[in-house]
Amino acid sequence: MEIKNAVAGTLESGDIQVMIAPSESKGLHIDLESSVAFQFGEQIKKVITETLTGLGIEDAQVKASDKGALDCTIRARVTAAAVRATGKDVWK
Amino acid sequence: MFVPGNNPAMMQDAFIYGPDSIMLDLEDSVTMAEKDAARLLVHHALKTIDYGNTEMVVRINPLNTPYGKKDVEAVIKAGVHVIRMPKTETADEIRELEAEIEKVETELGCLGRTQIMAAIESTLGVINAYDIATASKRMMGIALGAEDYSANLKTQRTPEGMELLLARQTIVVAARAAGIDALDTVYSNLNDMETFRKEVELIKSLGFDGKSIINPRQIEVVNEVFAPKEKEIQKSLTILAAIKEAEKRGSGVIAVNGKMVDRPVVIRAQRTIDLAIASGILTKEDIA
Repeated sequence: MEIKNAVAGTLESGDIQVMIAPSESKGLHIDLESSVAFQFGEQIKKVITETLTGLGIEDAQVKASDKGALDCTIRARVTAAAVRATGKDVWK
Repeated sequence: MFVPGNNPAMMQDAFIYGPDSIMLDLEDSVTMAEKDAARLLVHHALKTIDYGNTEMVVRINPLNTPYGKKDVEAVIKAGVHVIRMPKTETADEIRELEAEIEKVETELGCLGRTQIMAAIESTLGVINAYDIATASKRMMGIALGAEDYSANLKTQRTPEGMELLLARQTIVVAARAAGIDALDTVYSNLNDMETFRKEVELIKSLGFDGKSIINPRQIEVVNEVFAPKEKEIQKSLTILAAIKEAEKRGSGVIAVNGKMVDRPVVIRAQRTIDLAIASGILTKEDIA
């Protein structure tokens, strides 16, 4: 799927900022910055990966700056970034 | 309680303060550039966060914008209880919203689940208040949006609220005639709790069922003003117990403490008890 650079979310407490960019190599390359990375880093990456693959995005560079977001917020922000990156909305 | 739809921290904490209803906002508090992201955030929050018994409302964008119909789809798919239609001016707008709701509910197999609240924010909306209130069986309430209404009236809000009197009374009368709730507008000066309290007292005396708020600090005042006094509760419990007893005997009219109790008195007593339960003074078990 063709993607362009896109960003969603903020750096405010409880939020996560997600940047998506095209990748020259196969797969999802997730660069996560989070104050809770030690405890929840793997879980956050898992939610990002599941959300993107669920939307059909297999290859991308992802930079995520987490400020303590819940899983539902991560899903929402990753989806928003993906929709902006692909131009394909999830609503009819 | 209004909560901006693009603020995850506020959305996840709002229910801790115990409002009766949380209204996630996709309209005025969200910039055009963030409408898509806020819609997704509200969708996922509604689907995931356990808001307990709190009534969940979402204020959507008007249907004649590029956002309104997508908002309807997103929030129904997440199981919202009530959709708040902003700037409602005619009954046709409610019927148009109802058609959109039905489309999504039919697809999901949950026809009839979502209720509608209409915000009346213009002079035309006030003139059409009863038609709006009765436009659909999904209507659960009508609410005054005073900022836009005042601007449309070519005036501004005052602490006394005289400029809103006709709109408030029209909305309460229309809601009562339609058998739905009347909800008052927000008061946005958080540093003036005294005027806020006076406004809540005023709208309670006009007959409103509740007050829209913008901050958890305002919850306590609304509950204090709306909570019935101990004496009223005891009197109402006595009346309801007496009427229950009379019904068992097949008698319609009774006297309590020497005063005749008829239908309006019973309705007032029931409302007092409902308010006592809503304010947390009584539980349903107390009156069982």
